Amino acid sequence: MVGIRTQDLRKVYTSAPPFAAGGGFGPPAARGGKQTKKHPEIIALDGLSLDISVGEVFGLLGPNGAGKSTTVGILTTRVQPTGGQAWIGEHDVWKEQVAVKRLIGVVAQRPNLDFSLTAREILLFHGAYFGLDSEERAKRAEALFERFKLRDRADQMVRGFSGGMMQRLSIARAMMHDPQVLFLDEPSAGLDPQTKLLLWEIIREYNQTGKTILLTTHNMEEADALCDRLAIIDHGKNIALGTPRQLKSSVPGGFLLRLRFGQHSPELLERLQSLAGVREVRTSDDTAVDVYADRGGSLLPEIATLAAAAGVELHDVHISEPSLENLFLHHTGRSLRE
Amino acid sequence: MNWRAFLAMLARDVRVARRNFMAILLQTFLQPLMFVFIFGRVMVRSGYMPEAYKSLLLPGIMAISMVFTGVWAVAMPLIAEFQWSREIEDRLLAPMEISWVAIEKVFAGTIQALIAGLVVIPAAWLILRPGVEFNLRTPVSFALVTILVALFSACGGLALGCSINQQHIGLMFSMVLTPMIFFGCTYYPWSALNSFPILQKVVLVNPLVYASEGLRGTLVPQFPHLSTVVVLIMLTGFDVLLLSLGLRQFRHKAVS
Repeated sequence: MVGIRTQDLRKVYTSAPPFAAGGGFGPPAARGGKQTKKHPEIIALDGLSLDISVGEVFGLLGPNGAGKSTTVGILTTRVQPTGGQAWIGEHDVWKEQVAVKRLIGVVAQRPNLDFSLTAREILLFHGAYFGLDSEERAKRAEALFERFKLRDRADQMVRGFSGGMMQRLSIARAMMHDPQVLFLDEPSAGLDPQTKLLLWEIIREYNQTGKTILLTTHNMEEADALCDRLAIIDHGKNIALGTPRQLKSSVPGGFLLRLRFGQHSPELLERLQSLAGVREVRTSDDTAVDVYADRGGSLLPEIATLAAAAGVELHDVHISEPSLENLFLHHTGRSLRE
Repeated sequence: MNWRAFLAMLARDVRVARRNFMAILLQTFLQPLMFVFIFGRVMVRSGYMPEAYKSLLLPGIMAISMVFTGVWAVAMPLIAEFQWSREIEDRLLAPMEISWVAIEKVFAGTIQALIAGLVVIPAAWLILRPGVEFNLRTPVSFALVTILVALFSACGGLALGCSINQQHIGLMFSMVLTPMIFFGCTYYPWSALNSFPILQKVVLVNPLVYASEGLRGTLVPQFPHLSTVVVLIMLTGFDVLLLSLGLRQFRHKAVS
């Protein structure tokens, strides 16, 4: 039974691209620090502290480049932290790498299967690296092929596998040595809905055997469906932490109406604010207005009336129900998908 | 040290080598054998080269074959695994110090280079006979030199494989390996450079010089060659240097 803890974790890259960070590093948020052309400093993590309990499914949610993959990289010994500490169970990740590696299973963001081997050989050799005897290896591999619906392809070279099959095999490989902590970096990115559901079911099942799971995602649906708790990360900092329900209820009202006018005016904003159920009105430019409210669609006729009365044209309306996306937007002013 | 993981990785490499047996075979032997045929047989029989050139040529061909195989066997997979398939990640996450992942590669590469070197002898003998005169008077020195050469090629493969980008593989061959081979006393003994005194000093930084001269001194000592003691010292030095450089580069690549 093993948990995960990080204390004030910092990571500054001085050379790009960070291979071990998972490669999913989007447009990097280069900022701050002394910058020279030769070695731009990229602050990937800026004092991240997490405390993930034993047996928890914990999600790191954030846009590309937020620091999710770097966090996973540090916790899995692949990235050296610039500052701070991280522990898997009792073991300091950087100082006791071998002990840590015995406890963890890792699914990287990009498939990293051995193209010179068949699917079965991949699982068997992985098991052998972890010291499983051959009988145990064969038994586990067979069970995993069954569970991940890969039995038909078990003895084929993985070169010809589809993206979804590779992803399933990557996860099966990470589970092969029955790790106490499983890391999944964007596990369902690019999967078809059916495979995604299979994957979620398997992750839940694995968690029920007492295993701790850390996953990163920028998919709110996934975070919602799987995670006991979530940390929302942006620019390498933890900006919100809690259960999906808690986090969602922390957004004023819950509903978000994104409105776009021809051009809005201070009076219009004031009137919007005074509508029943409206909790907060924000604006970022001359035309866009975000309205956080207790209700969604039922506000529309009133908004339309207000706009007409003020002589302002309403160009576009988008209503979203209480969601992590709204939460992210509320905290950062940016969309998760940006 | 986790020997089980180490051996499992070795078993993986053996499995892959067996699967690619024909490709490895052709890639390793075609070039040296053609060379042996043209220079050792065609040129000699037509009278452009003296008969003795057959024996002089053999240690050089053996050195080329070993270096080429060792470098290729370690560098190419590393370049691909780090930059393209990323499959090395699975081994980096095995419960073992990451440097041992590199050492396993070097070990496997050394074995391949040894095989490549030792197979050249009977193969060349078959093509060149009659007229090849081996003189294996000091088998222990020969074994030592051969092992050090194989190790040097695998360590060189590690250092190159961890320092070179995928798009520069061609450059690695044209800028590193080819000059090494031509200035490596492979097709001529070091003493043949007597009339090029500056060049003769400069080539001494080339480890392949010691490989060719060492094999020449232990396999066909009737030709002029560098002292075997010097060769052993220099090869050991290059092995240590390239291994530590390679391991440093490997750790640098493996951990961000």
